[in-house]
Amino acid sequence: MSTIIQNITDAFRDLGFNKVFFEEVVPLLLDGLLVTIYISLIAIAIGLVFGFLTCLMGKAKNCILRGISATYVWCIRGTPMIVQAFFIYFAMPQLIQIFNPAFRMEPTTAGLITLSLNAGAYMSEIFRGGIDAVNKGQTEAARSLGLSQTKTMLKVVLPQAFKISIPSLVNQFIITVKDSSILSVIGMGEIVNKAKVYVGSSYKYFATYILVAVFYLIVISILMIVSKIIEKKFSYDKKSNS
Amino acid sequence: MTKKVIVKNLKKSFGSLDVLNGIDLEINEGEVVCLIGPSGSGKSTFLRCLNRLEESTDGTIIVDGYEISDKKLNINKTRENIGMVFQQFNLFSHLTVKKNIMLAPVDRKKMKKPEAEKKAMELLERVGLADKADAYPHQLSGGQQQRVAIARALAMNPDIMLFDEPTSALDPEMVGEVLAVMKELAAQGMTMVVVTHEMCFAIDVADRVIFMSDGVIVEEGTPEDIFINPQNQRTKDFLGCVL
Repeated sequence: MSTIIQNITDAFRDLGFNKVFFEEVVPLLLDGLLVTIYISLIAIAIGLVFGFLTCLMGKAKNCILRGISATYVWCIRGTPMIVQAFFIYFAMPQLIQIFNPAFRMEPTTAGLITLSLNAGAYMSEIFRGGIDAVNKGQTEAARSLGLSQTKTMLKVVLPQAFKISIPSLVNQFIITVKDSSILSVIGMGEIVNKAKVYVGSSYKYFATYILVAVFYLIVISILMIVSKIIEKKFSYDKKSNS
Repeated sequence: MTKKVIVKNLKKSFGSLDVLNGIDLEINEGEVVCLIGPSGSGKSTFLRCLNRLEESTDGTIIVDGYEISDKKLNINKTRENIGMVFQQFNLFSHLTVKKNIMLAPVDRKKMKKPEAEKKAMELLERVGLADKADAYPHQLSGGQQQRVAIARALAMNPDIMLFDEPTSALDPEMVGEVLAVMKELAAQGMTMVVVTHEMCFAIDVADRVIFMSDGVIVEEGTPEDIFINPQNQRTKDFLGCVL
């Protein structure tokens, strides 16, 4: 019995799970995880604003506004995020340097721009879906009472559209957190980037990437729990009538 | 007597589909007019043209002295005086019953909040639903929702009420409660235009019944004229099917 336990312990040690590993790697990955979290949160916040504005532009009467909105969503949805990241980090600075040779792009800045633009495009589609899902009768009822188009949107359509959008938005939040890992390719120091650098010199792939996965699972589980609470809070179906 | 509604040669088409082919109609103040006719005859479209939920293609519509067919008209202001009740109730599902009623009067600055709230409670009392003030629409039966919808339209103190098949989406046992509210409204002298399949209601309450088919008014008259002694063959065929 004790030999079996000994064998398992040895196997884990061979895979890299030893005291030194935890002392070295956990702080390193936690550092990266913090970057992942704060970059994701900022990108989600910017994405929400961007997405909402893009969606409203897409609903505008002005065809130029509609065109801008459609082109933005089309470009982002039609290209892989890794290409967008390369474009913003490597290609854009070349263009800008023609006018301003001193210009430098930080990986974090480029990463944040990429992630925000991405989240914004997808969120605008989510908002659009939410608005389209509100029954047309709601608009007609509001207009028949004399409410203007803008007021109808603000007081009747958007509150309902927002509620419809919540589950899809939360899903997009989760995707944004996970997509931030793609930004490791441009050297943004988030958790996957930190892990890559570490395994490059230590070769402890198994132990390191298991730990990365566990960290992601924890963060996203927290996000899911928070989203359930939000969904409950916004649900008028469950408010009792007594 | 004041003319509340004057419609001259109203035409409406959706693309190549002609829905209304020249309607002429005048409705007096306090009159209750029921529009009947087969599906697709243009009854609802006609009603929706009266508050410009549908834009007319041609012709003149004057409601309450305002020319609805005039593109430059401030339609929002005019709509305050034209209440509308829909087949599907269309209560705002994110708001309580009371807030459904208060929304428009407060937003259109007809009333301050406390006044609107008082008015909402009065109206709910009138339609027998004061105890449901804080309920959400989905917690009510269809009949109750429609009574709230009527109260919501009345909150703007309209001069005329349009009803678009108000009982068609209701379970049979709930039709009565909605018709009762409408009857009371008619008795109080409200000008009403009602698209309906409730022939009994038309017989009981209508001052005038209009039979529409294929986008034109085929026949109009008192309920007795239309239901007992119809002249036109199409009216006879239709009534033969529904009575």
